[in-house]
Amino acid sequence: MPRWFYQLASPRWCYQITGKLLPGFAIAALLLIAVGTVWGLAFAPPDYQQGNSFRIIYLHVPTAYMAQSIYMTMAIAGAVGLIWKMKMADMVLKCCAPIGAWLAVLALATGAIWGKPTWGSWWVWDARLTSMLILLFLYLGVIALNSAIESESTAAQATAVLVLVGLVNIPIIKYSVDWWNTLHQPATFKVTEKPAMPVEMWMPLLLMVIGFYAFFAVALMLRLRNEILRRERRAGWVRELLQQQRG
Amino acid sequence: MSEILLEVEKLFCERDDRVLFSDLSFQVQAGELVQIEGPNGSGKTTLLRILSGLSRHFEGEIRWRGVPLADDLPAYARELLYFGHQAGVKSLLTPEENLRWYAALDTSIDLEQIDQALNAVGLKGFEDVPCHMLSAGQNRRVSLARLYLSQARLWILDEPFTAIDKQGVAAKENVLLAHAQRGGIVILTTHHELNLTQHVRRIHLDEHSGTS
Amino acid sequence: MNNKATNACHLPELKSGEISFQPGRIFWATLVRELNLALRRRSDLINPLVFFLMVATLFPLGVSPEPSVLSTLAPGVVWVAALLATLLSLDSLFRSDFDDGSLEQMLLSPQPLFVVVLGKVLAHWLLTGLPLTLMAPLLAVMLFLPAEGMWGLMLSLLLGTPTLSLIGAIGAALTVGLRKGGVLLSLLVLPLYIPVLIFGTAAVEAAVTGLPLGGFLALLGALLAAGLALSPLAIAAGLRISVSG
Repeated sequence: MPRWFYQLASPRWCYQITGKLLPGFAIAALLLIAVGTVWGLAFAPPDYQQGNSFRIIYLHVPTAYMAQSIYMTMAIAGAVGLIWKMKMADMVLKCCAPIGAWLAVLALATGAIWGKPTWGSWWVWDARLTSMLILLFLYLGVIALNSAIESESTAAQATAVLVLVGLVNIPIIKYSVDWWNTLHQPATFKVTEKPAMPVEMWMPLLLMVIGFYAFFAVALMLRLRNEILRRERRAGWVRELLQQQRG
Repeated sequence: MSEILLEVEKLFCERDDRVLFSDLSFQVQAGELVQIEGPNGSGKTTLLRILSGLSRHFEGEIRWRGVPLADDLPAYARELLYFGHQAGVKSLLTPEENLRWYAALDTSIDLEQIDQALNAVGLKGFEDVPCHMLSAGQNRRVSLARLYLSQARLWILDEPFTAIDKQGVAAKENVLLAHAQRGGIVILTTHHELNLTQHVRRIHLDEHSGTS
Repeated sequence: MNNKATNACHLPELKSGEISFQPGRIFWATLVRELNLALRRRSDLINPLVFFLMVATLFPLGVSPEPSVLSTLAPGVVWVAALLATLLSLDSLFRSDFDDGSLEQMLLSPQPLFVVVLGKVLAHWLLTGLPLTLMAPLLAVMLFLPAEGMWGLMLSLLLGTPTLSLIGAIGAALTVGLRKGGVLLSLLVLPLYIPVLIFGTAAVEAAVTGLPLGGFLALLGALLAAGLALSPLAIAAGLRISVSG
């Protein structure tokens, strides 16, 4: 095992390194999202079919994308936590869940807003939206289980098992929902499957996706730092840190 | 008979932000009776659960016959008899059915001996009575009957004498002694004054628990 | 001190030979034990079935008694009701073993835990999934499911309900240490039930419309096979975590 792997296991080291990384990621997230938003909303050409209403993809696609990526991150953290009994992995798992759940909610909300001009109703049982809804349910289950168990290490282990079970199920759920959707709504207009997007359209989207990744990193680090301080509050270095900040 | 079987090294455990014990080390040889002592809440039950392999919330190392517990749990389980706070007796089943279930879990138990064991714990005549109709003490005796049946070398007993009457306790003490004499190990907690004082080694938990 | 003489105790010598694994024996013993326990607590057996019946009764009352409406709803309603009835019975799967200490003994046994777990899940299915499947035609008739769909319903439930028991047992294992595990269990397990529900109802609908249902049954069978292979591991891990906590 390389040295950095062991360092990752140390909350103190993680607190220090995230402190150094945080400003960079925050600036990157801010810049990317600002540029992507202005470019996407103001300068990208309107869609030939949907006009300007398509512009919500600059929010919808990154949030939907992140909601899925964060679940993967949680699953990896869960596996690491179960195999190497690493406390930091437990904390990452716990901190990821609310961020992922909120991004899933955002993806659903933007999907609904998009649906109104496109399908004429706020909610359509579209395969992607339905899958996202189920993903949100999975997140809610993870959060509920984690907060229901009092002992922190037990909660982390139980949640990790649940996340991994969910991970095995996600492709099956996705497949079954896609299939169910074609059975019941064969004529649904598939908005997100554009055959070819001009560069002016997908460049801002790419910026937004990368920006959201950076935003996720910032949100995760902030939560993680809080969690580290809370769990290590009796450790010497945390006390010293607090005293430094007071004095 | 002085073979060291169980080694506990630098055991550390905290519960709810409280350090129960830290730097707890001891060794147990074949043929020893060890009593874990300490006031309520000092972590006696937690220690026994850690030693049995049920709880993994600890740091440090436990070795059985030189092998760390986590490396070969099935091998450890084969030599372990654990008697917990809950006796592990199904109230809807009869004493005999309960023991037959244990015989399926622990294949070293000889089915022929079940009658004798129930007799030995004073449950003769109750073989076919569902356990919920028996008293608390009788229920614990059902589980204690395993002591007469098991081939396990290490017995970990958490308050085995709760709700057991005087004669019962005396009989169980003799079983513990006999087990030690045949090279077995008993690790137990109890609030009863044992008559076996001269044979028992004591481990006080509060001595080891350094609070930070 | 003559007391001591009468109490003197002779234990057999310790044999330090290897103890053989007997998965077949422990599987059978678990199954018999669970069935025995259930027979002595019969009301617990009947409750999910009554629940199944009641949920199905709510739909004509809540939606419409119109046969044409009900017959289109029937596959979904019977499946959803079966799924909820299974869920209802799952909370107690490991609960009593956890409370009386039997679960600790199962975890400490040298016998492989997943075999014990499979025995318990099979018993659970025999006591809920199978009776629900056998009762389904009654509900199907009440909901005007066309007669052609009957076999599809029975077969899909027969293949689908064991998967429900297996997946649900994971949730039961993870929540057994909690006093109020019931609602939480549903939150954890319901999203995971969706594929079974989709393919189960699809099989019934295919049977009603006269389409071949072999494909759906194969999919349900595949889900069951995957569940049989993977969920005992997750259940065993969940139990160890819950007992450890």
